[in-house]
Amino acid sequence: MSETEPSPGPTFETLVAQLRTAFPDRNFPTVDPGIPAIVVPIDSLVEVCRHLKSAPSLAFDYLASLTAIDYLDRIDLVYQLRSVTNRLDLTIRVEIDRDDAVAPSVTGIWRAADLQEREVYDLMGVRFTGHPDLRRILLYDEFDGHPLRKDWRLPAEPRTV
Amino acid sequence: MLTDNPTGNLPTLEDETEQIVMNMGPQHPSTHGVFRMILTLSGETIVKADLEMGYLHRGVEKQCEEGTFVHNVTATDRLDYLAAMSNNLAYSIASEQLAGVEVPERAWYIRTIVCELQRIASHCVAVGTFGADVGTMFTPLQYAFREREMILDMFNMICGARMTLNYVRPGGVSLDLPEEFMPACRYFVDIMPAKIDEYESLLTGNEIFTARTKGVGVLRRDRALDYAVSGPTLRGSGPAYDVRRDAPYGIYDRFDFNVITEEAGDCFSRYLVRVREMRESVKIVKQALDQLPDGPYFAPLSRNFRPAVGESFSRIESPKGELGFYMVSDGSIAPYRCKIRAPSFINLGPLREMLVGHKVADAVVILGSIDIVLGEVDR
Repeated sequence: MSETEPSPGPTFETLVAQLRTAFPDRNFPTVDPGIPAIVVPIDSLVEVCRHLKSAPSLAFDYLASLTAIDYLDRIDLVYQLRSVTNRLDLTIRVEIDRDDAVAPSVTGIWRAADLQEREVYDLMGVRFTGHPDLRRILLYDEFDGHPLRKDWRLPAEPRTV
Repeated sequence: MLTDNPTGNLPTLEDETEQIVMNMGPQHPSTHGVFRMILTLSGETIVKADLEMGYLHRGVEKQCEEGTFVHNVTATDRLDYLAAMSNNLAYSIASEQLAGVEVPERAWYIRTIVCELQRIASHCVAVGTFGADVGTMFTPLQYAFREREMILDMFNMICGARMTLNYVRPGGVSLDLPEEFMPACRYFVDIMPAKIDEYESLLTGNEIFTARTKGVGVLRRDRALDYAVSGPTLRGSGPAYDVRRDAPYGIYDRFDFNVITEEAGDCFSRYLVRVREMRESVKIVKQALDQLPDGPYFAPLSRNFRPAVGESFSRIESPKGELGFYMVSDGSIAPYRCKIRAPSFINLGPLREMLVGHKVADAVVILGSIDIVLGEVDR
């Protein structure tokens, strides 16, 4: 699988160590279900992201992808960050509750989060506090429910709008 | 008298009484698909723009959770439908990571050849329709589509289809290259550079074209990165981020090609990047044809394969930008989650900002320069 290795440079372990040094009182666990990632608690997310963007040795200036995954007991938000200037990649995961799916918005840090968070809200039902304009983006406004959730079912009768 | 005070008798900005909200789309010949822009105009100038997408939303990500890994390749064809090979490839790489398969070398050479041909075909559409947006009507479009026809004929030779190709599959490719492909491809790479010169002779030095595209829709470098823009839209603003160079997949590290960038960040720069990228793609195809080895074109992988539980992410440089698939497997024959990182969707982020201050006519040009495909924007 050598063709799919991330760009050369500091390894994941180095980046984790740097992050842990910057936040010594918080122990960020790491997981590796195939993609190594740092698990950040929800209340530290904005602070960590701000640090990742502003620290000159890191300079994660690029929010490449914001994914939401519905594991039936929780929803995970996966942030894929890149530093185009330093050629680094990092994946961050945040675990949030399915029934009260709220997360802080990072639109103040990366403008790329604007459309991507709207999509996650639209399809997964995660509300991002602090988002300047959180509304549906792919589905029509009157749509009922959030289809990418595992417990969403097609309505028995098609709705005529 | 009008001549007494040149501006005193003519209506000035302070005299205007209302701004008009004008709708562009979703049915519009220049929105490149079903896409709606709601423009607030002061006279002819755009003061605010809002975008509405989702008219082509088909729930592909949800569908992928129902189909098997191989079934879903047909769904990926229909994302960026002008670059089906690239979609197939990104999806296949993510699936192969989950399945833990090694793709044979010949398959990687075939994949590279078809993906670079696909890039040329997609850029032919981009450059041709961009010319049409600016007002060159159909001449550059027809010229570019003439070569695109040659590429689609080659795809027809390989897999029987022109647009929804279903060719690059997890494990390799679905069929080997037929005998008639090699001479056709060699002929194509021989004549293409002269054809690209033809397109440039119509557009690049054209006074009207440059007047309408230079300085229009400027996207600053730092804004482009902040919006996570990718592909020619990003490289037209400066950053030399190309997935083929920064995170090579397959065998791209074996080829000699340049990453094209421009500094100005306007529509003209993005057009130049695309035209020059076509030349680089021709170089890559030529090198790949020379190096093409014999061997298997498919890794043994059952049609209903069940990968191990896990997650994977693939990213490739599609003609539109960084295309990625984030896939989660729970050990069954269908993906648990298949998230598509769509470059056209994310590239629309700065559009609202880029439109403000320009005229309505420029809106068409700016949208055309980003080169979106609604199948990918909406999924």
